[in-house]
Amino acid sequence: MFQVRIHGRGGQGVVTAAELLAVAVFDERRHAQAFPSFGSERTGAPVVAYCRISDHEIRAREPIMEPDALIIQDSSLIKQIDVFSGLKTGGFVIINSNESAEDLQLATKILVPHTTAILPATELAMIHLGRPVPNAVLLGAFSALTGLVSLQAVTNAIAEKFKPKIAAGNVAAATAAYEYVMNQVAAHA
Amino acid sequence: MLRQVEGSKAVADAVAACKPEVICAYPISPQTHIVEGLSKLVKDGTLQHCEFINVESEFAAMSVAIGASATGARTYTATASQGLLFMAEAIYNASGLGLPIVMTVANRAIGGPINIWNDHSDSMSQRDCGWLQLYAENNQEAADLHIQAYRIAEEMSIPVMVCMDGFILTHAYEQVDIPTTEEVSEFLPPFKPRQVLDPMDPVSIGAMVGPESFTEVKYLAHQRMIDSIAKIEEVADDFEKQFGRKTGGLLRSYRTEGAETIVLALGSVIGTLKDVVDELDLDGYSIGLVGLTSFRPFPFEAVRTALLGAKRVIILEKAFSTGTGGIVTQDVARAIEGLGLEDLTLIAGLGGRPITIASLRSYLVEAMDDQVERLTFLDLETETVTRELVKERALQ
Amino acid sequence: MSVTQIKFYQVGSFAVGNRLLRDDERSVQSDPDRTNALTSGHRACQGCGEALGARYALDAAMRATGDQLIAVNATGCLEVFSTPYPESSWRVAWLHSLFGNAPAVATGVAAALRAKGNHTTRVVAQGGDGATVDIGLGALSGMFERNDDVLYICYDNEAYMNTGVQRSGATPPAARTATTQSVGDHPGNLFGQGKYLPKIAMAHEIPYVATATIADLRDLEAKVERAMTYHGARYLHILVPCPLGWGSASCDTIKIARLATQSGLFPVFEAVNGEMITSSKIRKKVAVDEYLKLQSRYAHLFSPQRNNEVIDHLQRIADRNIARYELMEE
Repeated sequence: MFQVRIHGRGGQGVVTAAELLAVAVFDERRHAQAFPSFGSERTGAPVVAYCRISDHEIRAREPIMEPDALIIQDSSLIKQIDVFSGLKTGGFVIINSNESAEDLQLATKILVPHTTAILPATELAMIHLGRPVPNAVLLGAFSALTGLVSLQAVTNAIAEKFKPKIAAGNVAAATAAYEYVMNQVAAHA
Repeated sequence: MLRQVEGSKAVADAVAACKPEVICAYPISPQTHIVEGLSKLVKDGTLQHCEFINVESEFAAMSVAIGASATGARTYTATASQGLLFMAEAIYNASGLGLPIVMTVANRAIGGPINIWNDHSDSMSQRDCGWLQLYAENNQEAADLHIQAYRIAEEMSIPVMVCMDGFILTHAYEQVDIPTTEEVSEFLPPFKPRQVLDPMDPVSIGAMVGPESFTEVKYLAHQRMIDSIAKIEEVADDFEKQFGRKTGGLLRSYRTEGAETIVLALGSVIGTLKDVVDELDLDGYSIGLVGLTSFRPFPFEAVRTALLGAKRVIILEKAFSTGTGGIVTQDVARAIEGLGLEDLTLIAGLGGRPITIASLRSYLVEAMDDQVERLTFLDLETETVTRELVKERALQ
Repeated sequence: MSVTQIKFYQVGSFAVGNRLLRDDERSVQSDPDRTNALTSGHRACQGCGEALGARYALDAAMRATGDQLIAVNATGCLEVFSTPYPESSWRVAWLHSLFGNAPAVATGVAAALRAKGNHTTRVVAQGGDGATVDIGLGALSGMFERNDDVLYICYDNEAYMNTGVQRSGATPPAARTATTQSVGDHPGNLFGQGKYLPKIAMAHEIPYVATATIADLRDLEAKVERAMTYHGARYLHILVPCPLGWGSASCDTIKIARLATQSGLFPVFEAVNGEMITSSKIRKKVAVDEYLKLQSRYAHLFSPQRNNEVIDHLQRIADRNIARYELMEE
């Protein structure tokens, strides 16, 4: 079982991100369970969503305390809450930011080059989508970094969820993010 | 059709496949997505010959359902927590009048203090009202139970609550095989009411019954509820024959063969417990699990049979009777009378507190070592409550 | 407009079974083949205004709908005295659920009929003033707001009679009830309180609102029939004196209802989509005293001597009604 935890703020589509990921996993005939952290949401407040991925039926429903991967949609959360809590050794980290790891003051033990991706997802969203919503974009990065789900499955999920125009923008942005991260990974190799 | 879908959506689609004729609901977290889903299906014409009524309160919701069902329409509503209480008077009226309404209860804690998260205090508060209560373990079962519920309700002339954990199931995205309208039509025939408001054959429904007849009326309702135990099993069997999966029914046992300790629970926590039981069994413990689907009527015989041979039963409850203790425990204790089984109560998940594998494991290991109290609140912040109790008792 | 008043003084009142009229001009009640929706054998008090009102209204509704009617009843006197299980006085399809939910239940009945493609059967909901203006107000407002196709009839006897004459939101000022006793500085119900449902109904701008009393049978029947020509939410408020609760003689029920209209205390009118369109003119105005002194719920206003302050206040209310609802012939 592979466990993903997604951090963001209310209004950034964190719950939708988990949903899209689950649908992408389902698209590839695997089991997925996605759910939000059920806080009293309001725009701007920290929000968490979870997604479990498995080849078998997923039965447990506890919150994900030891994620295999983290997606951080808003880097301002890093100083605010312990987003890295429980992250497994060698776990994947994807951060939406246009700063570097050093600038973000992240501990090097958390961030290992070939399991980390820092990318300007909001900027990519603005370019391809015209809106600063980085959720689907970051799934492209997830696909590239972890290989757990194909970019095709991600874009299928996006196409299923959104209206054609918005879907097209998200697909383009997710694809751009995918390529960005693939390049980053290659550079570190 | 197999889809990756939100639990609420799965339920909405399953209900729509039953071709309800009147849907009337008032929004309350965490049921909102179910009703929104149905509203869209009616508005865009997918669900035909169905009236969707936006009511002004939960009391109105159940009242509209009563009027509609008495007129022979297949009727649906949904609520949770405060909403369930607000319609309490009408809930008793619906069962008293024998109206086969199906209602989703998206289990949520009852305030005060106000809390929007999951536990079973809402449906448990209505355990005596004469409605059937069926609890879903996962979203597949949640969807299937609604379909089975209409058949049970209409054949027995008793309303049914399908209970699914709020947020945990309603807002979770997982794989669900949602039957089509055609498939459901094969399973669920059109509603033929036992009595109906019809100008061509007028009857008076809802007369005033005095001391000379009230006991008999209530006795008959009691017997009918007991008779529905067999009906629940029959319908689940028929469902399995047609759809090829085991959902619904009275209860399901998991690894209870030869188990010394058996945990009994309702709802979504069963899934988590399965993982815990597997872990503990691997570590050499003798433990199994009974997931109870039908809480009302309480299947005393089936529970007794399922727990036979164990030394100890631990009842995990997401609600309790203030000042008294476990609720489900009381029924279980009656079921196992004379078997020499020890019973322990574990209150967990109140107000949406996550029930973790680690905490469960820790408690169960201690329990199997006879190191726990008769009644335990899982993950209780003992330092805080001890301090508060000292203050509280000083005031008394 | 209201049916033409027929002034027939042969027996000192407006005879119902007048045989000098054409068949189609006769009242529903004069027809031996009428439904008799509320048939005899029920347990109402002698002189009960509500029993009369319910029979008048439902018989008229049955005729207007070709016997295609379902009635929903709130808890109250009417429901209790008409259905002592295993007996029932109702000759129409009838459902009683709870005290505060008759409008919502009726909404459900109407919805079910629509879902089944039945556009013929009509729905009536009925309840007393307590069920209508107090506990059921939320449900009633919801029904109005959605414009559900239901005719709601309120039988107003101005208190919670079935439970022992307690004050409701429809109890008039100065009236004695079990919870507004005729003691203290302000005996009886207080001034400055109370809800007037017909105006609340008009504020919802529903297709048809009307008031009526059991003193004018033809007017009541005409209003029920007229209401049935509309679809959507409709409201009929009928004054039904209660001999027990009002402390009046059981033979005075109809007379008291008439005095309520002739004094101006109970205006009789119709409104369509929130605007008043007709009102019944007072034939022979009487001072409020004439109305009040027949009811012992107002006895404290006359003894030990006439309470001028309170009665004059009531008279001003009556006069204001007369002006507001244009109750005097120009």
